[in-house]
Amino acid sequence: MLRELRPAIVVFIGLTLITGLAYPLAMTGVAQALFPWRANGSLIEEDGKVIGSTLIGQYFTSDRYFHGRPSATLGPAPADPSKTVAEPYNAVNSMGSNLGPTNKALIERVKGDVDALKAENPGTAVPIDLVTTTGSGLDPHISPEAAIFQVPRVAKARGMPENRVRELVSQHIEGRLLDFLGEPRVNVLALNLALDRGATK
Amino acid sequence: MTVVGWIQILVYCALVAALVKPLGAYMTRVFNGEVSFLSHILRPLEAGLYRLGGIDANREQHWLTYTVAMLLFNAIGFVSLYALMRLQAVLPLNPAGQGAVAPDLAFNTAVSFVTNTNWQNYGGESTMSYLTQMVGLTVQNFVSAATGIALAVVLIRGFARASAATVGNFWVDITRATLYILLPICIPFALFLVWQGVPQTLGPYVEATTLEGAKQSLAVGPAASQIAIKMLGTNGGGFFNANAAHPFENPTALSNLVQMLSIFAIGAALTNVFGRMVGNERQGWAILAVMGVLFLAGVAAAYWAEASGNDAFTALGLSGGNMEGKEVRFGIVASALFAVVTTAASCGAVNAMHDSFTALGGMIPLINMQLGEIIVGGVGAGLYGMLLFIIIAMFVAGLMVGRTPEYVGKKIEAKEVKMAMLAILVLPLMYLGWTAAAVVMPSAVASMANAGPHGFSEVLYAYTSQTANNGSAFGGLTGNTLWYNTTGAIAMLVGRFLMIMPAMAIAGSLAAKKTVPASSGTFPTTGGLFVGLVIGVILIVGGLTFFPALALGPIAEHLAMLRAQNF
Repeated sequence: MLRELRPAIVVFIGLTLITGLAYPLAMTGVAQALFPWRANGSLIEEDGKVIGSTLIGQYFTSDRYFHGRPSATLGPAPADPSKTVAEPYNAVNSMGSNLGPTNKALIERVKGDVDALKAENPGTAVPIDLVTTTGSGLDPHISPEAAIFQVPRVAKARGMPENRVRELVSQHIEGRLLDFLGEPRVNVLALNLALDRGATK
Repeated sequence: MTVVGWIQILVYCALVAALVKPLGAYMTRVFNGEVSFLSHILRPLEAGLYRLGGIDANREQHWLTYTVAMLLFNAIGFVSLYALMRLQAVLPLNPAGQGAVAPDLAFNTAVSFVTNTNWQNYGGESTMSYLTQMVGLTVQNFVSAATGIALAVVLIRGFARASAATVGNFWVDITRATLYILLPICIPFALFLVWQGVPQTLGPYVEATTLEGAKQSLAVGPAASQIAIKMLGTNGGGFFNANAAHPFENPTALSNLVQMLSIFAIGAALTNVFGRMVGNERQGWAILAVMGVLFLAGVAAAYWAEASGNDAFTALGLSGGNMEGKEVRFGIVASALFAVVTTAASCGAVNAMHDSFTALGGMIPLINMQLGEIIVGGVGAGLYGMLLFIIIAMFVAGLMVGRTPEYVGKKIEAKEVKMAMLAILVLPLMYLGWTAAAVVMPSAVASMANAGPHGFSEVLYAYTSQTANNGSAFGGLTGNTLWYNTTGAIAMLVGRFLMIMPAMAIAGSLAAKKTVPASSGTFPTTGGLFVGLVIGVILIVGGLTFFPALALGPIAEHLAMLRAQNF
């Protein structure tokens, strides 16, 4: 056994230096040189200020904006940091709701959300992604149906014609890669940015 | 279920199949010590390591020495990782100011990464410093995978060699698995991930002001380099808490497809290495066929269950399958496929929350793990797990016709069968035993996030996942308690090493045997009959063991859903 001790220590240290330092540091250097914007988190800046990442969803509540999906992320309670409270789209604590399919809390939450959305846009079927929480709590996307569903509310809040808003939505629909991979989707932050930019024009 | 969905599944399967031969050929060359296209770069590095360590690359080890060397190496890895987590607060590369990891959590996590489980009772972005992620977790991602590959190669050598006293040199095998196989794939893979949007930076978390004027901190870090090996090495430990559901960890449908491919690549190719080393590639294809049939059955069931959705949602007028806990860019099919892939292999990365799957959709990952993760399986671990089942299957076939069973020219005798049964029985002992203990302890029951049968499923999933060294979770369970940290660590250690040791004993015993030439009485092990027999043994041995537990959890919950009963 002692005969194997020296190789064990040397091989462990050697592989640690190679895979734990040389490899990640080299990848950081190359990535920063080749894809600096991606490597730093795909950040969107306006007037020198970071307003978010194209890949990370934000919590939208105003009627003037398209809303993302429900998010179950938590954050520290302001009064007592040892406890947690709901903090949707908290990007330093990604998580899902982890509610099981027969959990009363899940069914009641979905029912409440469905009722609220039906009141907002009666007569249109509620898209399921608007009432189910995202896996990461940070989903940047909604389905095209979920965007179209919100058009009347946003148009009314902004005093814009509905067909103008609908046109903006259809410009922001991303299709499947090579027509088969992934799902059609709309990036909520990009759409809302376009709304704001269009409004100031 | 949709046509586009099935096209995604079939394209994935075709790509995996296309990788098997080239990767298998390359890995065979590496482990036979032949020159490959990377040799002139890597040989000097490898030789330097051997010189420093006093390793004679041509001196092979007896299976017992080999196992001791492996255990020693893993013990050093454990101590180093534990120390790193306890000391991270005073070490560099900690821009988010993470504190020391608590002793029981550090213990569980160190065991978890050394055993290739990557069960996580912590959230990456809120617990680990960049230094711990790199020098601690990334390193174990590499070497625990390399350990698995080395052990599988030893068992293959046991079948391939005749009258041999040695099975290989652990130091050479682990060095080559790391430097020649894992690292050269990870480098382009990590850069591909950055191109798709995965961060790779040592900079601090980013402070953003959202469109509505709120503050949002964005956790970043050296993620791509770790995620590449997390997938390729079937480790599965997320850089971020939400794992591959996190848009920074798995930003696009393309990154998702390539990540799923990398989970299966090495495990599937090892079946080809087996075929080549025993002198008949068709032996490898037969094993892959067993895996393929079980895999497709699992995918079809999980996809159907998730696409059918939750009756409670349908009653509210919602359609489109069960989207709770899933991401829009992946949708139903890529989430269900990922869940089956990650649990068929011992990866454990998740791109959707398994806890929120439908009862039957969540049962498929459980079954995959309870079968011992032999459907492709963990890198290395999958193949040696499958070979154990094949030994049992050949024994059963031998009993039927009254002949001493043989497999690829080796007689399967009492010792091999006993060792295979020991390894196979250890798994249910752990996951059923600990689950039974936990559900009668009020403090352990308090960790459940869901009431009713789903709460039971959470605990069963936790111990199954840890015993099978998978690492995925029904994440609602609060696992960061003294009880779950400790008992889970025991389950992981037993599930890893009490499976490895009998497998190594079999390797040593087989290597020492003479090769028996095939005769007209030899059971052919490359045809449909063999494939069917092995599948039957896997399902019967596995099914009889865990069916009662499944009936209490997911099956009971499915029946409750049909009756609109909620908890």
